[in-house]
Formats: sequence, structure tokens, C-alpha cells
Amino acid sequence: MSRILQWLFGRLPIGWLQLSHKRGRFMAALSGVAFANVLVFVQLGIMNSMATATLRPYAFFNADIMISAADANALAEGENVARQWMLRAFADPDVIAGTGLFIANAPLKRGDTDISLTTFGIDPSQPQFVAPQIAGNIASLQVQDVAILDRLARGISKEAAAAIRPQTPLSFETQNRTLTALNTFAGGGGFGGDGYMFVSNQTFLSLFASRSSAAPDHILLRLRPGADVATVAERLRILISDDSLRIRSYGDAAQEDLRYQQTKRPTGIIFGFGVLIGVLVGLVIVYQVLSADVADHLREYATFKAMGYGPRFFLGIVVEEALVLGVLGFLPGLVVGTGILTLMGKATTLPLAMTPGMAVTVFAGTVVFSVLSGVIATRRLAAADPADLF
Amino acid sequence: MNSSMIIEARGMNHWFGTGEARKQVLFDIDLSLPRGSFTVLMGPSGSGKTTVLTLLGCLRGVQDGSVQLMGHALKGATEAELTVLRQRLGFIFQSHNLHESLTALQNVVMGVQVRPGVADDLARRAAAQALGLVGLSDRLDYLPANLSGGQKQRVAVARALVGNPDMILADEPTAALDKDSAADVVDLLKRLGAARGTTTLLVTHDNRILDRADRILTLEDGRIVTTTDNP
Repeated sequence: MSRILQWLFGRLPIGWLQLSHKRGRFMAALSGVAFANVLVFVQLGIMNSMATATLRPYAFFNADIMISAADANALAEGENVARQWMLRAFADPDVIAGTGLFIANAPLKRGDTDISLTTFGIDPSQPQFVAPQIAGNIASLQVQDVAILDRLARGISKEAAAAIRPQTPLSFETQNRTLTALNTFAGGGGFGGDGYMFVSNQTFLSLFASRSSAAPDHILLRLRPGADVATVAERLRILISDDSLRIRSYGDAAQEDLRYQQTKRPTGIIFGFGVLIGVLVGLVIVYQVLSADVADHLREYATFKAMGYGPRFFLGIVVEEALVLGVLGFLPGLVVGTGILTLMGKATTLPLAMTPGMAVTVFAGTVVFSVLSGVIATRRLAAADPADLF
Repeated sequence: MNSSMIIEARGMNHWFGTGEARKQVLFDIDLSLPRGSFTVLMGPSGSGKTTVLTLLGCLRGVQDGSVQLMGHALKGATEAELTVLRQRLGFIFQSHNLHESLTALQNVVMGVQVRPGVADDLARRAAAQALGLVGLSDRLDYLPANLSGGQKQRVAVARALVGNPDMILADEPTAALDKDSAADVVDLLKRLGAARGTTTLLVTHDNRILDRADRILTLEDGRIVTTTDNP
């Protein structure tokens, strides 16, 4: 380590030698930085998980434009949309297909299993509106009370899910009806439900008697290949011109949902603050360690000042210490953070995992904030007056 | 300025405090130190010895009078200019002030690396040589905690001398040492300083040192009251 730092700074690695001289204190400081890293990793992991869970259902569908109610901030939120708007949209020459999407939460009861599934009601004759993993089995939904079940849903065992085939279907109770799952797809539990389920729009309307075929939750549109989505969306906004609707590209709808979850929903705000608190804790820990270290070595620093060392030298020492703390504290933080996220992911089936992006972001943040703490701590160096040495 | 003088101070006055609490501690100090000389500054506590040392060592700003150090006027010099000048000085303190987490060799290396552009291996060789001159070749990798008081002060001497300074300023370097160690340290300073042409200004109460000095200055109540040149 000494040689690496000596090569890096072109001088004796005084910061490293100072820190490692008192091993107990050094280990405590590294533990503090690692703890702050773990805090940030867990909060970031949960935030990422929320983003993954929010965007996941959008990946089940294949659409260019989505028409929703004005208050539909999220996929499963907002008023219904009159189906007539879809017919109006067909007036645009670039709109080649449209379908209504019905969404509601339905309980799944089977033996001891009692979970809540986000249920999508779709037109089984239009496979072009769903992702390939669902489109391959969508024809089976033409039979009433048949479902395609999320094999990664919370509460459904892997073995039970793996056994679901047309020859060995799984029956379960929901909304006082018996549904039969002939096929599965890969979804996963999220923050709003334990998993997902696809049924035909007719089965959906049987499950939710209060809903009307004339009022789906969203209208999905497909455009002619090569058509500009933004231009068509703008044309549709003018054509339909109704303030009770939001007409957006499908991609924009997904991103706006994500922003809404992260910045307007309490969970997103809380996790965001969690990250901020983790950063502040790390900043305070590194500042305290460096500040105490500067105070402990004021006499030595004053001696160096007397010898003719200038401000850049002292800044270099403290930045060196900050880098050592940041880098060495990050490594155990990464290991522990990965372990905690893995355990939490297994316990909750939420998409919680350490990603390279998170690791790189937290590492860069740790280094930047450690150096920032170091720069702040150097203010105490002003107290090192070499004239006081005599 | 006379080029044979490393320091020339004329009419140097100094005050501490401000307003009504302002108190003059040095009065009209005239002082010239020839290059290569070994000068002892004596006087009772509070007489202003340390203030003289810190002013000549560029550790305080000169308030009044003219002070030339190696041809540079100290009055009005910026902090950056004083820092560069300090790189040409060697300091030895009453307390050795070694860095506790650096070995003896690394402490002395710091005395070389203060000058920009010195290669690491060259600095290490010079430091090892300086420690050899003070008889500590076998203690290069010792931390200060594992050295005796005399050995620590000898490391401090090596650190002060290793950069071949133009002048050494020493404040009571023998105060914490036993008789033999004190004599060792002063002899080292005198011998190595003479060999390198280094000027030494040493503040002390220790009368045993006086016979080694070329010149003895006595300070009382902020004034130089006697100047004695040894034959």
C-alpha cells in the first residue's frame, strides 16, 4: 500500500502511515465508512428495485402510444378511459391497431396460498400487443376462465409453477370464480402486488362485474412502421382534444410512472432520503476521522510548516487520508451491502441485487465525498502555527 | 547587506497584542550573524529569545526594523516567500517534534523532500547518510516511540541538517537531555555545521554549551545587553 501511494503522490505516504499507525482507530474509521456505504447500498438497492418493479409490467406489452385518464399517474391508477377514443384515434392514418387494457388486483387463493395478483385483461386475438413470452400462449386465453400465471409470483412455489402446463394445469380461486392456469410467464413480485396474471378481457369482465367493456384502464395503440411516435401523439392530442385524457408515447408513460413513484410517492421519497442520510452519515464520519486526525497531528503539521512545506502539501496529506478511508471503507461496504441485498431479495422476492452501476456510483460518490470531507477538515490546519512550536 | 553575513537585523522591534494590551517585547535589536558561525543566544525566561528566533526563522512577520535573511528582506514578505525561505533553514526544537508514525529514516527524508524535484531514492540515501553521521545507522527503521530521548534529538539534528540548510535555528535542543546526550547533540551540531559551512543560532540556558560558541549574545527585557566573541 505504501509503495502504491508513494508512486501515486510522489512523496512519503504520510496520510496512510498516520492512519495505519493507530490500527484500532483506523479499523473503527473504516467500519464507519463501510457502514455508511452499506446504508447507501441498501437504500439504492431498494430504489433500484422500485424502478425495476415499476417498469417491469410495461415490458409485458408492445405499444407505441398509450391513452390514459388524466389522473393515471401509474399503470394501475386513474379513471377508466372510454373505448370510443380508440375509434377516434383510428382516424389518424398512422394508427394501425388499438386495444383496451384492463387492470385490477385480484386475490389468488389455493390451499394456504393467499396472494394478490395484478391482473391484466387483454384481447386474446391481438398478440401483437404483448411481449413474446406472453404472445406465444395468448390463444389459450380465448377459453373463458383461463389464465397465464406469473411463475415468479410471491407465494407460488417454484415446483408448483414449473409444473403448470396445458396437460397439468393449476386451478385456483379468485373473485369467487375458479380460474385455470395453463401456462406461465416470468414476472415477479413488486411493491403493489405479489405478481401478475393475464386473462382475456371477457374473463376479466366476469371477474370484475362492475367493470364495462366500453371503459378499459388504458388504450394501447400500434403505429405504422416508420411513423414518428411523438408526431402522431401530438396529432392525436389535437384530434381528440380532451383534457380528461393523457396521450403519451408508451415509453414516456413508463418513464413518467417511474418519476411519479420516485418523487411523489412516499416510498420513493423515503428511499431517496435514505440515500441522502447514508451520504451525510459517511460525510460526517470521514470528516470526524480526518478532523480528529488533523487535531492529533497539529504539532507535526506545524513542524512541517516550519520546515517549509506549503498548503498544497497539507491538503495532499488529508486528501490522501480521505482516499484511503474512502477506498478501503468501500470494499467491506460492497461485500456486506451485496450480502444484505441478496438476503433481502430472497426474503421479499423483490428485484433487489447489487448492480455494477450501483457499485461504481457508490464508489465514485464515496471517493468524492471523502475528498470533500478532507478538504473541509484541512481548515483546522490553520491552527497549526509553527511559531507556537518554540 | 554584507554578503558575509547570513542575517543582518537593524532596529528590530516587536509587539504582541493589540490596543491597550499591546506590549513591546523586542527593542531596537541589532544583530549580524556571519556565515558558518555558531552563535548562542542566552537570557532569562521572557527576555525575548524565542521571539527573535521565530522572527529570524520566518515564522512570524517582521513588524518594525530591517531584517535581511540571505539577502532577502523579511519585512513585507508574503507567506509564500517566507515558506520558500524556510526551506533553506533547519529547525531543531526543544521537543524533538518527530512524526510519531514515521520511522527515523522517513522523518529525515521529510527534511529533503521539502525541496521540490528531489528523487525518492536520492532522498533516502541522503537521509540514511545523515542518520549515519549522527550515529544512528542501526536505527533507520525505528519509530520515535522506540528511540531514547537523546536518539530522538539526534534524528531531529539529522532532519535539520540533511537538506544542507544555510542556517540552523535551535531552541533549547538539549533541555530534555542528560549531560552526555546534551554534549553529544551540541558537538554534532558544531562539527557538522562547521563541515558544511552552516550558520547556527542556538537558544539555550545550558552554560555547558557556552565554550563551544563563536559568539554569545545575551538578551534581557527585549534588548541585547552583551555580545561576547569567543577566541
